Formats: sequence, structure tokens, C-alpha cells
Amino acid sequence: MKITEAEVRYVADLANLKLSEEEGRKFCSELGEILAYMDTLNELDTSAVEPMAQVLYEAEETATLREDVERTVLGPEGALANAPAAGAGFYKVPKVIER
Amino acid sequence: MDVASLTIDRIREGLLRREFSAVELATEALRFAQSENAKTNAYLHFCPERALGAARRVDEKLARSQAPGPLAAVPVAVKDVICTRGVRTTCGSRLLAHYVPPYDATAVIRLEQAGGVVLGKTNCDEFAMGSSTENSAFGPVRNPLAPDRVPGGSSGGSAAAVAQGTAVVALGSDTGGSIRQPASFCGVVGVTPTYGRVSRYGLVAFASSLDHIGPLARNVPDAARLLRVTAGRDEMDSTSAFAPVADYPALLDGEVRGTRVGLPREYFEGLASETGELVHRGVEVLARLGCELRQISLPHTRYAIACYYIICTAEASSNLARYDGARYTIRSSESETLIGMYRNTRGEGFGAECKRRIMLGTYVLSSGYYDAYYLKAQKVRTLIARDFSAAFREVDAIVTPVSPFPAFRLGEKLDDPLEMYLSDIYTITGDLAGIPCMSVPCGRTASGLPVGMQILANHFDEAGMLRLAHAFERAGGVNAL
Repeated sequence: MKITEAEVRYVADLANLKLSEEEGRKFCSELGEILAYMDTLNELDTSAVEPMAQVLYEAEETATLREDVERTVLGPEGALANAPAAGAGFYKVPKVIER
Repeated sequence: MDVASLTIDRIREGLLRREFSAVELATEALRFAQSENAKTNAYLHFCPERALGAARRVDEKLARSQAPGPLAAVPVAVKDVICTRGVRTTCGSRLLAHYVPPYDATAVIRLEQAGGVVLGKTNCDEFAMGSSTENSAFGPVRNPLAPDRVPGGSSGGSAAAVAQGTAVVALGSDTGGSIRQPASFCGVVGVTPTYGRVSRYGLVAFASSLDHIGPLARNVPDAARLLRVTAGRDEMDSTSAFAPVADYPALLDGEVRGTRVGLPREYFEGLASETGELVHRGVEVLARLGCELRQISLPHTRYAIACYYIICTAEASSNLARYDGARYTIRSSESETLIGMYRNTRGEGFGAECKRRIMLGTYVLSSGYYDAYYLKAQKVRTLIARDFSAAFREVDAIVTPVSPFPAFRLGEKLDDPLEMYLSDIYTITGDLAGIPCMSVPCGRTASGLPVGMQILANHFDEAGMLRLAHAFERAGGVNAL
């Protein structure tokens, strides 16, 4: 399985991940090798097998539901305590909308 | 006071006989752990105020003749992927170097309610991704038994602290073997409970359908005690199990004669010779204890690595999307635009292994590949889980090696990610099936490196698994032969 540098760039864009030139080249060969290994799964006929969507669930379907009651939450201060930039109760981010 | 060899029983005895107070023990345990830490780098940071506060509460209870709790004054290390309110939680990542959680993980709340004293947070592979703790942004951990070697990973700091005696017990997390493999490399006990047995509220998510919290300890009873207090349904984690929690410590001494132990042939092929020999000797000890050995087959084992690394990277790529530069302490200085902030923060912040897994996970989930990789892997996961269900109709427990080899040298496997992934073969199947599994020490190689024996049991049969491990440990392990 070959992964091209263009594919690596495309996937990095999807992941919002900036890669250096060197990382891009390295991932071409590494990802290609790992994905080729993953192709061993194609030896198995799974047409009649259900995907494992739930690991384990032994209770009734509604067991995890709870009453909708108010309770103490973090609040803006707690939630923003780790923000690199915050102000007026909000996260500050670079300008999103162009005028 | 020799803090390095304390057990939970010994601490209880010392407290009740007034040989030491909880505060005295905590003070000495902190001093010892801090002075020894340079040898291993097991701890990333300590929390003395929190530890002494917890110890004071134990002393107050004792002074009022109240029950101080099953973990009273026990020094505990907590892997740094588990949130501690007001105490930095870095996940071994540059991205979270300054992150201070505003809340505690449920497992931490419960162990402190039981009287446990959290000394500090332990080093690990970045976001728990790795098998050697070399992927930490804060330097690798050295194996306390062989300083030129790795402690295993990703819970390498927790395993090293317990082995070194700088904690009596520790919490780790396990997604593909991250508790059991370091336990085996460091010669301690490590338990991965049933999926959902211990709440993951406050565990920083890596792969949500595979993540577990579990205990590491120097003996089986201490692991059982930490598991007992942390296990159980938690409203804050909808995936936590409702099944009642058994009194694991009280059930350790039951009979193991007649226990049907399965030996899957797929797990004993191609083993490094000394590891294989030691695990075979371990199995012989189980036979002498009256266990009934049966050869079994888990036919889909050879597909487990591919299946695991598709599912875990897919889930990781989604879980790690939150580290975007807006919310978690670190933002790239080059953040002129929103997308630029995302891309640059993540590019500068994540280490090589995290990037590799984000890339793989994004690839297997991307349009056109989802069915071929992710959906396929979820179906193969069903087949692997069915292998175990079928096996547990014939046997009560399954015994295998933990790792194909003992602790390797620092740097030895860093250049070959696929080879590093392949070394997880014996541990990832338990996580994929969601069953409880553990590593118990099984002797040492000629050069003194510990080897672990893995015991796997059916869903929620932690009690049976721990009982077998305890019988093995009490018999003297492989030295019983």
C-alpha cells in the first residue's frame, strides 16, 4: 500500500495538524507500512458479522437516564480557568468573520 | 519506618498500634518519593498539600475512633492522565503542561474517601499512547530494576513508583495493555478490570471504547483493595457498569482446585525463550495448585493488532480534536487565523506518536475508507470477542504471557513504530473483548528482568481472576517449583 505525499497533506488538513516537510515524508512511508499491515483484515469474510458498536451493556436501556434537575456545574470561571485567552466570560479566539 | 516495603495491611497495623500517624507516614512517604525520583523520573510532580490534608483527615477520624477507611493513610500514585482538582494533569504532553483540572476523577474521589493519600502524578506516554513511556514530553522513565531499560508503558511511571517503593499502590490506565505490560516489566501486579467496572469520569479520553482505569500494587491483595474502592457505577460516566461490586479482598482465599485454566495456543507461538519458559513454569505451578489445564484456541488472535490499531487511532483522532488552542492552556504564537491557531497549536504541541495516531485515525475514518478500515475492524472486534465468549464456556480463566519479551533498552524500539505496535499482541485482545485481565509476577530472567503472567477472566469475574492470582502468589510464584 502506497500513500502519496499529497494524501498525507490531505489527511493532515482534515486533522487540522501542521506537519513539517520532514514529518510529511516520514509519514508517507510509515503510514503506508502500517496500513499495508492492516489490510490483513481483508482475509476475513465479515459480511455476516455485526460490528461491535457497544462493548458491554448489561442494564436496561433506560438505566442511564436521570431526572432533569438543576445541579452545580463548573460555571464560566471554572470553565475558562485554563483558557489561553479569555475575556468577558468567553474564550477569545482569532477573528473568524471578515468585515 | 521503611516506606519502600509497606503494604496496606502493615500500614493499618501501624496506625492502629499508634506506631505512626497518617501525617507522619505521608511526610516520610513524600520525602522518600521526592528524594528517589531522580533515579527513575516516575513522578512528574507531587502534591504535598493535598497529601497532608488527606492524611490529617485520617488522623482526625482515628482520634475520634471512627473507621478510617480501607485505604487509610496508604500512599498512592496517580497516572497523570487522571484528573486531580487543583493539581496539574499533563497527560505527558507539552500541550497540557500547565493544565489544572477544575474537577477530580471519580476514581480519585473514591480512593481519597477510603482514606488514600495521593502523593503525586506519574509519568506516562503522551496521552497514554505507547508501550515504553518514552513518548512522554517530560523525559522517559527508567526501570527501577534495570536503569538502562524502559519500565514499559504507557503507565510506566505508576509501575516504576510501585516497584521502587515510592508508592504503595497506584492508579494506571489501560487501553491496549498500558497497565499489565509495565506491571510485567517492573515486577508488580497490574489489573485491567472489566470495561466499565471503574468509572472513567476524569480520565482524559484516548480511545473511549477501550479505555480502563485500574490498580497497580506490589501484591494481589493490595491491588484487590484499590480495585474494590474505585469500582462501581458512577452517574458521571454513562458507560460505567451497574453490576454489583464484589468484596474482592474478602474473596481472595477461596479454593482454586478444579479451576479450569485455558492455554490458548496462539499465545505461546514464537515467544522469546526465557519469557516462554517462565510462563510455562507459572502454568505448572497452577497445575500443582490443582487447576485443570486445557489447550484452547482463540482463532482470531492474529487479526487483533490490525483491528486494535484501527479502532484506537480512529477514536483517538476524534478525542484529541479538542486540543485546538482555544481551551487548554497552550496556543501557538502563530495564530493569526482560527484555522492557523488549530493547525499550529496541534503541530507544535503533539509529539511524534500522537501525530502518527491522529494521522492514522483520521485516514481510516476519512470518506471512502471508513467501511474498509473502521467498520471492518469493528466487525473483526466482534469475532475476537466471540472467541473469548466461546472459550469461557469451557474454561474459568485463560493464562498467557503479557509481553513477548522482558523490558527492552531505552531507545531500542523507537525507530520502528510497527514493531512497537506488534509487541502489544498478548494484551490488546482483553481490551478489545472488554474482559478483566491482569499481570502477576512470574519470575525473572537470568539477567534479573521480571516477567509477568497474564490471567484473563470472563466479564465481571474479577474475583475469580484475583483469587487465582493470589493462590499463585501465595504459593511463591514460579519459585514454588
